[in-house]
Amino acid sequence: MKPEQPVTKAEKTPGIIGNEPVIAISKLRKSFGKQEVLHDVSLKLMNGENLVVLGKSGSGKSVLIKCIVRLLFSDGGTVSVFGKNVMTLNDEELSEVRQKIGFLFQSSALYDSMTVRQNLEFPLRRIWRGLSEKNIEDKVHEVLENVGLADALNKMPSQLSGGMRKRISLARTIIVDPLVMLYDEPTTGLDPVTSDEISILINEVQKKYKTSSIIITHDIRCARSTANRIIMLRDGVVYSEGNVTDYEKTTDPVIKSFFQ
Amino acid sequence: MLERTCIIHTFQEFPSFILRIPQGRFSVAAECVNHAKISESYVTHGLRHSPNFVRQKHSNMIRFNPVVKVSGFARVQSVRLSEKTMAKTAVAHGFLTNIADVTLFIMRVARETFSRRFEFNEFMRQCFQIGNKSLPLISVTGIIMGLVLTIQSRPALIRFGAVTLLPGMVAVSLIREMGPVITALICAGKIGSGMGAELGSMKVTEQIDAMEVSSTNPMRFLVVTRVLAATIMVPLLILYADALGIAGSWVGANLKGDVTFFLFFSQAFSHIRFSDFLPAVIKSFFFGAVIGLVGCYKGYNAGRGTESVGIAANSAVVLASLLVIIVDMIAVQVTDMLF
Ligand SMILES: Nc1ncnc2c1ncn2[C@@H]1O[C@H](COP(=O)(O)OP(=O)(O)OP(=O)(O)O)[C@@H](O)[C@H]1O
Ligand SMILES: [Mg+2]
Repeated sequence: MKPEQPVTKAEKTPGIIGNEPVIAISKLRKSFGKQEVLHDVSLKLMNGENLVVLGKSGSGKSVLIKCIVRLLFSDGGTVSVFGKNVMTLNDEELSEVRQKIGFLFQSSALYDSMTVRQNLEFPLRRIWRGLSEKNIEDKVHEVLENVGLADALNKMPSQLSGGMRKRISLARTIIVDPLVMLYDEPTTGLDPVTSDEISILINEVQKKYKTSSIIITHDIRCARSTANRIIMLRDGVVYSEGNVTDYEKTTDPVIKSFFQ
Repeated sequence: MLERTCIIHTFQEFPSFILRIPQGRFSVAAECVNHAKISESYVTHGLRHSPNFVRQKHSNMIRFNPVVKVSGFARVQSVRLSEKTMAKTAVAHGFLTNIADVTLFIMRVARETFSRRFEFNEFMRQCFQIGNKSLPLISVTGIIMGLVLTIQSRPALIRFGAVTLLPGMVAVSLIREMGPVITALICAGKIGSGMGAELGSMKVTEQIDAMEVSSTNPMRFLVVTRVLAATIMVPLLILYADALGIAGSWVGANLKGDVTFFLFFSQAFSHIRFSDFLPAVIKSFFFGAVIGLVGCYKGYNAGRGTESVGIAANSAVVLASLLVIIVDMIAVQVTDMLF
């Protein structure tokens, strides 16, 4: 039984026209003290596309997507989301942009003091204000079923395993039907079966809500099944770009070590 | 200024020691060299000179220029001095940056407090948490505070022949000073550390970031609610502790004498003036605000990594307790001037 679909922010927002990039980053630089993490990163995320970002641990992948929602300020370059440069927006405009972006944190970032249900309701109540209790309830059940954890509804995050937390966190992210999804290692720490399910879920979300996604992953299976395009970050720049077959065929030793 | 550390281990009298001398100045060693049997060559100007050369040069210098004798000493002292100055500058810089940081934080809290959307539910939850968590502790402390104060002051009052003033004296000292300060210190430990640890761990595990991206202002949701809750709940806890303290005092009075509860209370309250009460209440609001602000500031600005949670909690307690005492001192001065 499909619950009645509430009016979403996504539906209210006028569709993005044609092949405009949803996210366009150019010449992004970011350093922490003396350590330069991003040197010169430029990339575009097209509408409806799944872009996979590969890169060694510490190559600045998480920093990159944090810059997109301005959790970190850039040191140079522009980051424009839906045509707006997020680094120069005021709080109100920024909040508007953030409402359309789903962010899955690498560390899950579930609110410790709240139950799973409250965790899921939190963004729902805040982003779609004025939703009826019934709609909220339905929505919570729907996403929990999507991630296969319907029975965890009243548990505390501390009672969940790492993989379960990751899935709840994913549920919390997709519950508001964002237009753009930023997944930071959605399948890390999951068994192959669940991780395939997550990959399928990512594809479903993409089709169903026409989202565009950036997926950071080390999991090549996940990358194969979700990617429309893959880029690799290395030494603070975009080292390579192509689709899955390009990456599989390449003789570049750096890339090969990822795609054995 | 370039500096190089030169190790001179040539003295029979002194085993060995290290001098830090500016590059290219070897006159420092002149005074020592005069008495020394140099057993090793040492490096100056990046060149290696023979001991004889050095000795020759220095004895010449000393012969013609007695100032050289002291100049070495002076230079070492001045290098030490400049190192100290550098360290102090760094400390001062850190201190001023901190002050600026804290001021900005307080200003942000103030601005968000009066912004449009107030997180009422979270505020109520925090009030409940603060009250609920600290109530048992405060109850015990309150009673014991009154009890001990009574038992301790009784002999002295007997000596002065003023034992009838016991209830009044205990009540006044509880309400004016003991109640607010001791309760606030306990709250600093309990509430301040709780806030520091909670917000610190939320920061470390990216929960604050997660809040921010689901278009919730964490400053408003987490900090403002906690600071306000502490500002309101700490005075209530203090009043509660005062009341229990007086009750405890009655118990203490009854250990050695026999006085009814009503008599004791009416005697106690007959000595309390409005001017005892009001300043104490006003300052307890400040105690609450200080505890809330410090706890939240330390937690909200915790570093990365789990150990910073502990650091945040710990420094929240230390700073909050210290500030409570400082605020108390200021409050006492102000009260003294006004009332
Ligand atoms: N807030 C911060 N302050 C200081 N340094 C940071 C901060 N965030 C990230 N870094 C540094 O930036 C570098 C890149 O970090 P990032 O988290 O982006 O790596 P990553 O590519 O996501 O790695 P992983 O695959 O392990 O998650 C790291 O060296 C890290 O130490
Ligand atoms: Mg990462």
